[in-house]
Amino acid sequence: MAFAGHLVMVVALVVCLYGIGAALYGARHGRRDWVDSGRRSVYCLAVVLTLGMVILEVAFVRNDFSYTAVANTSSTTTPLLYRVAAMWSSQEGSLLLWVWLLSIWSSAAIYLTRNRLRDVVPYATSVLLGFGAFFTTLLVFLDSPFGQMSSVPTDGAGLDPLLRNPSMLIHPPMLYSGYTFFSIPFAFAVGALIVRRVDADWIRITRRFALASWMFLGIGILLGARWSYYELGWGGYWGWDPVENAALMPWLISTAFLHSVMIQEKRGMLKIWNASLVLGASTLAIVGTFLVRSGVLDSIHAFTGGGLGVPFVALIATMVAGSVYLVVTRREVLRSEHSLDSLFSREAAFLLNNIILVGLCFVIFWGTFFPLISQAVTGTSAKVGPPWFDRYTVPLALILVLLSGIGPVIAWRRATLANARRNFALPVAAAGAMAIAAYTVVPIGSSVPTVILFCCAMFVLASIGQEFWRGTRARRAMSSEAPPLALLSMVRRNRRRYGGYIVHTGIAVLFIGVAASSTFQHEQELSLQVGQSTHVGAYTMRYVKATSHVVNDPSHTGATLTLGAVLRVTRDGKYVATLRPAADYYPASSILSGQVVADLISGDAVQQVALKSSLRRDLWAAIKPLGTTLPSTGVQVPEESLVALGDTTILPSTPQEKQLEAAYIELGAIADAYRRNPPPASFTLISSPLVMWIWLGGLIVLLGGLTAIWPPPAARRGRIRARYFARVAQELGRA
Amino acid sequence: MTHPRKRHVRLVVSLTLAVLLASGLIYTSFAASDPALTPSQLLARGRDGGNVQLTGTVVKRSITNHADGVVDFRLADRAGDGVSVPVVYSGSVPAAFATGRELIVTGRLHGGAFDAQPGSMITKCPSKYSAAPNGSA
Repeated sequence: MAFAGHLVMVVALVVCLYGIGAALYGARHGRRDWVDSGRRSVYCLAVVLTLGMVILEVAFVRNDFSYTAVANTSSTTTPLLYRVAAMWSSQEGSLLLWVWLLSIWSSAAIYLTRNRLRDVVPYATSVLLGFGAFFTTLLVFLDSPFGQMSSVPTDGAGLDPLLRNPSMLIHPPMLYSGYTFFSIPFAFAVGALIVRRVDADWIRITRRFALASWMFLGIGILLGARWSYYELGWGGYWGWDPVENAALMPWLISTAFLHSVMIQEKRGMLKIWNASLVLGASTLAIVGTFLVRSGVLDSIHAFTGGGLGVPFVALIATMVAGSVYLVVTRREVLRSEHSLDSLFSREAAFLLNNIILVGLCFVIFWGTFFPLISQAVTGTSAKVGPPWFDRYTVPLALILVLLSGIGPVIAWRRATLANARRNFALPVAAAGAMAIAAYTVVPIGSSVPTVILFCCAMFVLASIGQEFWRGTRARRAMSSEAPPLALLSMVRRNRRRYGGYIVHTGIAVLFIGVAASSTFQHEQELSLQVGQSTHVGAYTMRYVKATSHVVNDPSHTGATLTLGAVLRVTRDGKYVATLRPAADYYPASSILSGQVVADLISGDAVQQVALKSSLRRDLWAAIKPLGTTLPSTGVQVPEESLVALGDTTILPSTPQEKQLEAAYIELGAIADAYRRNPPPASFTLISSPLVMWIWLGGLIVLLGGLTAIWPPPAARRGRIRARYFARVAQELGRA
Repeated sequence: MTHPRKRHVRLVVSLTLAVLLASGLIYTSFAASDPALTPSQLLARGRDGGNVQLTGTVVKRSITNHADGVVDFRLADRAGDGVSVPVVYSGSVPAAFATGRELIVTGRLHGGAFDAQPGSMITKCPSKYSAAPNGSA
């Protein structure tokens, strides 16, 4: 099957090259049939790559260790779902996932635009297939996912235990979907610039694809944040790590584009700027992929180079040079039709929003690439830490939140005093009330930035609430519908506008969560014995008893031994929650004779965080059982004497399966001893307010995005009508 | 349409502001940064002194836990030419801290050992794409 896999990759590359040629030839010579053939190449690529994905996934599911990728990242003890996800934990597998998602999303985009923008689509098709050709070339010549082991091992190395989390199933595909989706607005922008057609139709199509990529990437980023908060025990959801930043930068730029494109739509302004934003966001998405692959920057996501740096630099250079060339040579078509009338207008608010988003992106870019910059300037590589990022991003984020309340209600062209009074009286009053509450009712007065953010967020919520209220009232006056129905039909009739408002609401809620949880978090790191308790903020946490499991770990990740604790959380003597943090132990990658018991648990140890979330606060606990260090590996395990005893009682001469069986029985004895007479354990205990608001805000943003992206009823009716007329014309033609 | 002169003034003011902000950003980034070194680079530098971000791999059989919560271990270069630095770290270590893991700690060289700041340890995410053992990826 590996040969079939290789063949599939070669076919995919040929399909890409053919499609590029066909689409370009068709466009140059006005040959519709060739253009169609180019379009079908995209569908064909999707089918071929799906076949490649299936071949590789089958190898993972069937534990076929003759594949290098399977042997390196999966094992018989890895649970089925994680074997499926192990495919994209290898470099070559993740590249295949990347190009596969690209082919799927490209097919969708090319299908949706099959009857529109006839002059632009052939070029867009060839750009998309160009990306496809780049990645399939990597897969064919540099890093094949179907590489074979020289000798087939009996078992693989296993999926890294830290990746055995449900997020592994969804976070990478979402993030990659976001990254690959950015190729679509890029392709359409390049196509439109080549044929010098940046009109309303182009905006409509590009905007929708940009919104989809923005949404996917946003979900991917949030899922990653949640994963690092929940599973990895990094104790936080954001750390300004290069790979996190790499995902955030294109997201910020496309946020800017989604706003400024409205000015182009309404006023014919900012065309050069918008084209640059689309091209820039996609280039940054490739820069993000490059950062992940090349190991050029030291990130906690540790990608120790794979020789893919040079091709990626070449791709990025081509994208930048091509974009600059196209924008410069097409500047005449991109000339503004109007200029800014007043600094107090929606255009100005959007412009400021754009400047701040691009500024944020610049700050993050500078901080992320600072190790390279300082290396070039001073000769030593140096890094800037989270405080440096916070110093710039916090004030910029505050202004952004405030603008997300101003933008939706300020008038286009020129705001008058009467208009301002009408729209801003309530939001300003709400922000004022929040400021008073911050120093009286809600105990947040000790942190000024948090108070400012809460006031800004209240301002946004009030201004958007007011918009919804006014819209519903106007709708009711016209149609005399019941209020919920009026609200619904108002949103349905103007999905983009109200979808945008919902997104702003979500962002305000998200920032409330970020501000509260980063400022008012209580954290304790200490060692406790059974029966002892400690205070974390207003909560008392008591180590009630120790727990242990052999093989059947509660989180179903395939751990051989799990040692945990039961913590009882109370507040003012009243019961609040029970937390069950645990540490999972996994087998070492190879089992040495005479050390069976030790090696069954001397692989990576992973903390399973216990989390109780509510709207008000999160209680978070992680445990590291304190024992002794296994001298053979340096890994922490409890009760070394028992482990050693286990190994000495199992005779090395017995057959391997018998040895293993005896070792598991010894593991049971260790688990039992740990439960009955537990040694002290080291705990990290956190109580953090309003963390759930971050995820809730994310969900609201997603809801808003979906509302905005959904085709309006009129468009669907129009399409049906168009199809009907086409049929009639066809019938008439036949008659 | 706005008066061209007014537009010109606006442009100059906003450009000046942008340049000022960017220079502030550039200045502070150089002032606030810590050098990022590997164990061999740290030792080659030789002198005790300012804060450093040390990146390396935890050496096998080097972890010692002390009763007061202090952890001793040695960090070696990722490439692994045998050079390693002893590290003293107090406080709770992250979940992924173990032999063979790559991590970053901030601290300073003090009398031959690296004195790491509590809470500064970051273990690397394991979604690592390492080259094949023989170097042919």
